[in-house]
Amino acid sequence: MNKGSGTPVSTRTARQTTALVAATIKRRRRAEARFRWYGRCAVFVGIFFVFMLFFSIVSKGYTAFQQTYVGLDVTYDPALIDPQGNHSAESLAQGDYQAVVKSALRKVFPDIEARADLKQLNALLSDDAGYELQRRVAADSNLIGTSERVWVLGRDNTDMAMKGHIARDETEAGRPLSNRQLDWIDALKSKQLIALRFNSAFFTHGDSREPEQAGIWGAVAGSFFTLIITLLLSFPIGVSAAIYLEEFAKRNRWTDLIEVNINNLAAVPSIVFGLLGLAVFINILGLPRSAPLVGGLVLTLMTLPTIIIASRAAIKAVPPSIREAALGIGASPVQVVMHHVFPLAMPGMLTGTIIGMARALGETAPLLMIGMVAFIVDVPKGFSDPATALPVQVYLWADSPERAFVERTSGAIMVLLAFLLVMNGAAVVLRQRFERRW
Amino acid sequence: MSIEIKASDSSGTMTASEVVAANSATVHKTAGRVTVDDPIMCARDVQVFYGDKHAIKNVSLDIARNEVVAMIGPSGCGKSTFLRCLNRMNDTIENCRVEGNITLEGQDIYDKKQDVVQLRARVGIVFQKPNPFPKSIYENVAYGPRIHGLAADRVELDELVQTSLQRAGLWEEVKDRLMQPGTGLSGGQQQRLCIARTIAVNPEVILMDEPCSALDPIASAKIEDLIDELRGNYAIVIVTHNMQQAARVSQRTAYFHLGDLIEVGPTDRIFTNPSQRLTEDYITGRFG
Repeated sequence: MNKGSGTPVSTRTARQTTALVAATIKRRRRAEARFRWYGRCAVFVGIFFVFMLFFSIVSKGYTAFQQTYVGLDVTYDPALIDPQGNHSAESLAQGDYQAVVKSALRKVFPDIEARADLKQLNALLSDDAGYELQRRVAADSNLIGTSERVWVLGRDNTDMAMKGHIARDETEAGRPLSNRQLDWIDALKSKQLIALRFNSAFFTHGDSREPEQAGIWGAVAGSFFTLIITLLLSFPIGVSAAIYLEEFAKRNRWTDLIEVNINNLAAVPSIVFGLLGLAVFINILGLPRSAPLVGGLVLTLMTLPTIIIASRAAIKAVPPSIREAALGIGASPVQVVMHHVFPLAMPGMLTGTIIGMARALGETAPLLMIGMVAFIVDVPKGFSDPATALPVQVYLWADSPERAFVERTSGAIMVLLAFLLVMNGAAVVLRQRFERRW
Repeated sequence: MSIEIKASDSSGTMTASEVVAANSATVHKTAGRVTVDDPIMCARDVQVFYGDKHAIKNVSLDIARNEVVAMIGPSGCGKSTFLRCLNRMNDTIENCRVEGNITLEGQDIYDKKQDVVQLRARVGIVFQKPNPFPKSIYENVAYGPRIHGLAADRVELDELVQTSLQRAGLWEEVKDRLMQPGTGLSGGQQQRLCIARTIAVNPEVILMDEPCSALDPIASAKIEDLIDELRGNYAIVIVTHNMQQAARVSQRTAYFHLGDLIEVGPTDRIFTNPSQRLTEDYITGRFG
């Protein structure tokens, strides 16, 4: 568009051209500055939301790593815990440890008499308190007849009160603890018999209906077994497929079709893989429900396209001159791949694999379909034991009504994020350390 | 069976563009003598197609022992393609079709029974861009002997690596750092490393595809000296864009144009008294 100097384009002098160019410069600069600001805003929004995510999870979840324990001076009364009086395991298993706990707690509050009040008092402690004593006696029968101070788990509501999650200005009917229970907690506090301690149970227990006894170890073990299966299957299969497609397969309609399908598979919603796994692995092949074995198989299906695509990119990045060099001195195509292409593409392949595994670790939907969403208390010990996975545990806890599961949900998310950060960090390190540039 | 192809008459009064037009329409008869008395390799009526593109048209050429043949011509004339036919590197290119007959010591190298791996061990190739493996200098040279099982033990392998590097004129420069990566050498050293890697397999023919085009003049001069020395043991075919280089290192020169082999002859005659107008125009720099 000639809006400038009035002289025809063909007879324009250099000076007129310069003036025309100068007129556009301001506009270009403005556009550039505007574009830069769009970019900055986008980055800022991204960082803001990441920060919000972390802030909300950490602020809700950090208390999950502490748990309320009550100090009790228990006396291991042989009459209660050893009914047969012979210290045998059978006899000790029949003992009434709950009674030992109750009597120890009652000693702290000797003036409580009414049955209803005693019931309320005992409700401050977890059911685990009795089991804790049982475990201690089972480990060391010399304890029978002696006394010691034992720190036992408080019930979830006690824990919530200690962490300030129970509003004291609420009416008594509106909160899970009565006025008297709150007073007793204060009394225990003043006697230094109640304290927040590091919550080791969170990392060592399986799931539980009682929040104070619920831990992530079962889910972590389930995720571990699932990912082992996924890794063992998806890495060799994915890398072989990538090498075959890149280095050996002839380009024709079939390989094009396969390529399109692999790319499409990477975009298939993961729950579809779950349905496939349910139909094929469980219903047709009859593999066990809720097992890491089936979870691993399903996640393998989901991870394969990611690994194949990343591995093909890594193989493509190996310069053809290396292949020609090897071919030129008489290496066979398999030698070219095994001696040169594969080692050089390895860091890229591993990066893709780790990222695929990180995705698999965070995947929930397909596991729901194959029954890894069941409530499982026992920590799985193998590939066919019923199990759940970390993100599914998060889902289960988020669904639970107890207030104490809120922090556990966030705590489990923090653990999951820590695993993901470590895996992605490993991928970055691998890429920077070993990736060659030509 | 050898076919004697007579020199066609000089194209007389035709202009260069007319010659080009005539060439693309008809099969060109190569001027000069394409045969030699005791050839190690013979190519007869070689045609190469990339899909529909006819890249090499009816080229016949012998390669003599202990001689350097230079192949010159403008970009895209097919000289590299022809070179790569000689050890079947074109096999790796999809939809590339080679017709005609190429023999090595009388054996058809495109025969079904011919093993490509063995062929490439006998006909080595050095590429345009130095392409050492991203491994140590030692491993670069040792790789060929290792995959072909040429060394019985470590001592023999060490010896093979040393003699190969010595023949490539690189030993003195790298003998103290054999375990360092080959990619850390300078461009000229890398190219000599690639030559050492090729001669470690003890081939009969060495193909060189513009081996100096990525190098500075001093490094190029070293490679040229090296080529001259290697001629004592190997037949060498070199593709080059540098006509001075062709004139310096080769005994025979072949001029390619648009897939035709226009003219072959002793290097000094081609460069002083070419029989073909096209050859003359290219050599004197009128195009290309």
